[in-house]
Amino acid sequence: MNLALRLGSVTLLLVAWFAGSHLMGARMLPEPQAVGLAIASEASSGALAFNLAVTLARVVVSFAIAMALGTLLGLAMGRSALFDRIADPWLVALLNLPALVIIVLAYIWAGLTETAAIAAVALNKLPLATVTVREGARALDTTLDEMAAVFRFGRWVRLRHVVLPQLAPYLAAATRSGLSLVWKIVLIVELLGRPNGVGFEIGVAFQLFDVTRILAYAVSFVVVMLAIETFLVQPFERYVSRWRAKPA
Amino acid sequence: MSPAGAPSRLSLHIRQKSYRAASGGRLHVLGEISFALPSGQVAALVGPSGCGKTTLLRIIVGLDRDFEGSVELPPHGRLGVVFQEPRLLPWRTVEQNVRLAAPQADEAALSALFATLGLAEHRRHYPGELSLGLARRVALARAFALKPDLLVLDEPFVSLDAALAARLRAELVELVSRRPVTTLVVTHDIDEAIALADRIILLSPSPARILADVAIPRPRTTRSADELAAIRDKIACSVES
Repeated sequence: MNLALRLGSVTLLLVAWFAGSHLMGARMLPEPQAVGLAIASEASSGALAFNLAVTLARVVVSFAIAMALGTLLGLAMGRSALFDRIADPWLVALLNLPALVIIVLAYIWAGLTETAAIAAVALNKLPLATVTVREGARALDTTLDEMAAVFRFGRWVRLRHVVLPQLAPYLAAATRSGLSLVWKIVLIVELLGRPNGVGFEIGVAFQLFDVTRILAYAVSFVVVMLAIETFLVQPFERYVSRWRAKPA
Repeated sequence: MSPAGAPSRLSLHIRQKSYRAASGGRLHVLGEISFALPSGQVAALVGPSGCGKTTLLRIIVGLDRDFEGSVELPPHGRLGVVFQEPRLLPWRTVEQNVRLAAPQADEAALSALFATLGLAEHRRHYPGELSLGLARRVALARAFALKPDLLVLDEPFVSLDAALAARLRAELVELVSRRPVTTLVVTHDIDEAIALADRIILLSPSPARILADVAIPRPRTTRSADELAAIRDKIACSVES
């Protein structure tokens, strides 16, 4: 039932795309089958897999860095009013700094390197992860904290069995919004200063006005992200919420 | 009532405890309170609602350090606490909740404990799937499983119906008599105190101080109705005097 609904929804999208293509002309919006053929030819040359892998690696590394630091910072800010007051202006500044400014500055200061690219993306995601986890840390149950204290739970036991399960919904929300944001920023980083990846390919296609190729790469990467959401994020969410009573 | 020479498990000297009230000024919750529990004694702290019983317990278990006085527990002693609410981790099963607090407990001891408390078939259940009575039993199991040097219970049977509370009380008496453990139970119910304890410490309304300290003859299980009535009268007298 769930799968049927999903498939129906994707079919509707394809039909709308097909109709749009006929309205706007194939040069502006190529038909789905033309994009499909372009994906097939990029795939057979190996370029598609290479560029997807390079971009995905950048997404994973910068996302992991941003989430790890964001969780630590968010926890610290949510639990200590003093640290929250000190770090909050920095957070607001970072939240409101445009992604493009961070990227350009990173490239100027650190050169057109992989480190600069990853750091720029992570720095863009960091404040959002921090803000979300901070909300979770503020909502931590103090009665469970006291229970852990009187039963002398160790640090690691506390983190794993008391704190992280309470943060799980917030971490899931940060993951969901974070993955889509991070891959969009990775593309800009690649367009501006990397010699490979989906963003670089789209940059080349833009200069050639090759809409088919732009869509071929965009669609491929959306499929990859959809697979991650379906096969990693959703099962993980189901696992961490297994203890909640399910609606009958 | 203590066996001669038994080391005391808890020694308490509180001079006073007050809170800063929201409206400014200080709220005096505890007056001078001193007592010691010898090893193996079950004492009940009885007092009217709002007299500061829970505050006193929080000081004893180390959750509140903002007071004048001192609390002595055995060094490296294990503390078993049953809060007013069960305070279980909702995302861990009954068995995991107990094992997290008592990682050194062996399977045989746990099985026996779960059997006594009627939890054997609930080991794999999550707390959200339990009734309040069952959840309170899990909280009892958790406090007993770590073989505490001092067991502290804060109104453990409040908001249960009378029959269920009586059954749980009997289970608690059975557990304590099977393996003697120094116990401090807080209650506002004098009958519960008489049913459970060797000694009753009566507290005054806030700011709490000790009104009476009454020893009750053992054994708990063979007290007749007449004896219980006599104990009640004795307590009533000591409050009036």
